[in-house]
Amino acid sequence: MIRTDEHHSCNGTLKCHSDQKQQESNSLKNGYHRKETVQKNGKGDGFHQPRVRGEDSFEEAPMYVAVLTYMGYGIVILFGYFRDFLRAVGLEKCHQAQEREEQKDFVPLYQDFENFYKRNLYMRVRDNWNRPICSLPGPVFDVMERVSDDYNWTFRLTGKTVENVINMGSYNYLGFAENNVDFLKTVAEETRQYGVGVCSTRQELGNFSIHEKLERLVAEFLGVESAMAFGMGFATNSMNIPALVGKSCLILSDELNHTSLILGARLSGATIRVFKHNNMQSLEKLLKEAICSGQPRTHRAWKKILIMVEGIYSMEGSLVRLPEILALKKKYKAYLFLDEAHSIGAVGPTGRGVTEHFGVDPNEVDVLMGTFTKSFGATGGYIAGKKELVDYLRSHSHSAVYATAMSPPVVEQIIRAIKCIMGVDGTTEGQRRVRQLSENMCYFRSRLKEMGFIVYGNQDSPVVPLLLYLPGKVGAFSRAMLKRKIGVVVVGFPATPITEARARFCVSAAHTREMLDKVLQSLDELGDHIRVKFSRHRPSHRQELYNETDFELDS
Amino acid sequence: MDMKNMRENMGWLYYQYLLITGIYVLEPWEQSIFNTLLFTMVAMVIYTSYVFVPIHVRLALEFCMISPITYGHFFAINVLVITG
Repeated sequence: MIRTDEHHSCNGTLKCHSDQKQQESNSLKNGYHRKETVQKNGKGDGFHQPRVRGEDSFEEAPMYVAVLTYMGYGIVILFGYFRDFLRAVGLEKCHQAQEREEQKDFVPLYQDFENFYKRNLYMRVRDNWNRPICSLPGPVFDVMERVSDDYNWTFRLTGKTVENVINMGSYNYLGFAENNVDFLKTVAEETRQYGVGVCSTRQELGNFSIHEKLERLVAEFLGVESAMAFGMGFATNSMNIPALVGKSCLILSDELNHTSLILGARLSGATIRVFKHNNMQSLEKLLKEAICSGQPRTHRAWKKILIMVEGIYSMEGSLVRLPEILALKKKYKAYLFLDEAHSIGAVGPTGRGVTEHFGVDPNEVDVLMGTFTKSFGATGGYIAGKKELVDYLRSHSHSAVYATAMSPPVVEQIIRAIKCIMGVDGTTEGQRRVRQLSENMCYFRSRLKEMGFIVYGNQDSPVVPLLLYLPGKVGAFSRAMLKRKIGVVVVGFPATPITEARARFCVSAAHTREMLDKVLQSLDELGDHIRVKFSRHRPSHRQELYNETDFELDS
Repeated sequence: MDMKNMRENMGWLYYQYLLITGIYVLEPWEQSIFNTLLFTMVAMVIYTSYVFVPIHVRLALEFCMISPITYGHFFAINVLVITG
């Protein structure tokens, strides 16, 4: 499966079996290796080669789909203007916030496109989002039924619940969002010892021993020197990037980076340049330009150049091109910030993220960031890297200085999840879940492709976006799936480009084959009923298994 | 049974029309307005073409000095394509 045109150099075939911990010196490595190894291995467990990164598929839909999408949006926007006119004239009551009578001559507050879109497009299909859930978000959950009497301006709960809805939207990749009493024993014990509230920041009196334990464990799990944990995943990015880069630094960020990264970059005050998604030529061009011309007017050299990428992009499901970025980073002497929010725990043979998936040493990435919300079933985020970096962040990051520390039960949940994945707790449950997730996502994605849907992204990502394109079909799809007792997340305009509305499935290790089959069957029927099977690359149908009764063995 | 199938088919076609034009998200009275407008436009187009297209075709053929009797079925298609 290894292609010959791989960009990164492969080390020898046998890696260190015995110890999981990364040695400090990295001088001695067991197994066979070439003398002139450029690249050190991560914590290999001995039975995998650095995986080839499959190609991301971003199939384009036929032209008529784009035309119809624009037409659909155009018609609904025209009706939006019509309704705004009726509201302005007074023929219709305005349910949304309005300026007061005395302020009608002031600068208008609600006339920009965002408010227009919200009033006239989002409100019409609003019942597909913010659905109240009344059970834990495991592989199945219960949704509270709600109806609207005035076309989604207000909702009321009927009191009934829709039970056992299959959950294809929660980021529950390894199934740690569970309420099994056996697994949660340690969490209960720690709650009994520490309570729930912390009542202080990390720097004051909120630095519990359990926090230090967590950080040591995270560093060990990732294979780096040191780590620091924060209470909120979004705040990890937005509050720590300003501490790392400042005014005369350059940030090269991917086109499709998450809002937290963009917010952190803007707050830092550094110059931001955007390169095309996963496009290494674009990144190299920007790097060359940055090094040659320096800062905008003074032409001095940049103090720091930071490349910000994500492990898995949650809207596309595409994987980062890590080996190429590392090569570029070394060549142009830049720093790399890798946001593994969706990929930690879900990608890689033992769940250690994209660095393991590509066979890359995690110490080569300068700043490893991730969240505990997705695969670990808790809240919060971490930043890991060299000890100097993390010690610097402990005193200079806004989140560390001002934000309350993480709550002890949550910390213990992360600890138990990491121990489970690493296998330290003595069971193989963690590895089973990682393998189950990998199996589930391969199965789900390949079946969807076979059925003829357009699915974006890499085959190794647990996020499966299914393209719907037309604005009318987005609402219809979500409602029809809920009627079939499957909960999906559909995403439309502001979060995705206007022509590419999609339904995003998050496969979980807790999904059984039957659940996935039920979802796939519903998708098949619904895809035909609504007509969203736009793919033109139909693979050949799998051969039907012979029906036993038709098969004549004896002539 | 055939009537039922037909009705189901027509219902499904109407649903597709709602989805594709994006009308599905609108309230029923807005849907009625749009349907009325669309139906009116389509009716006007059909009426206009019924009244005017034969006349235009005949004039075009006379302009090209081709009698529709002799070479009609060869040139009729070309003429229609050219005159739009």
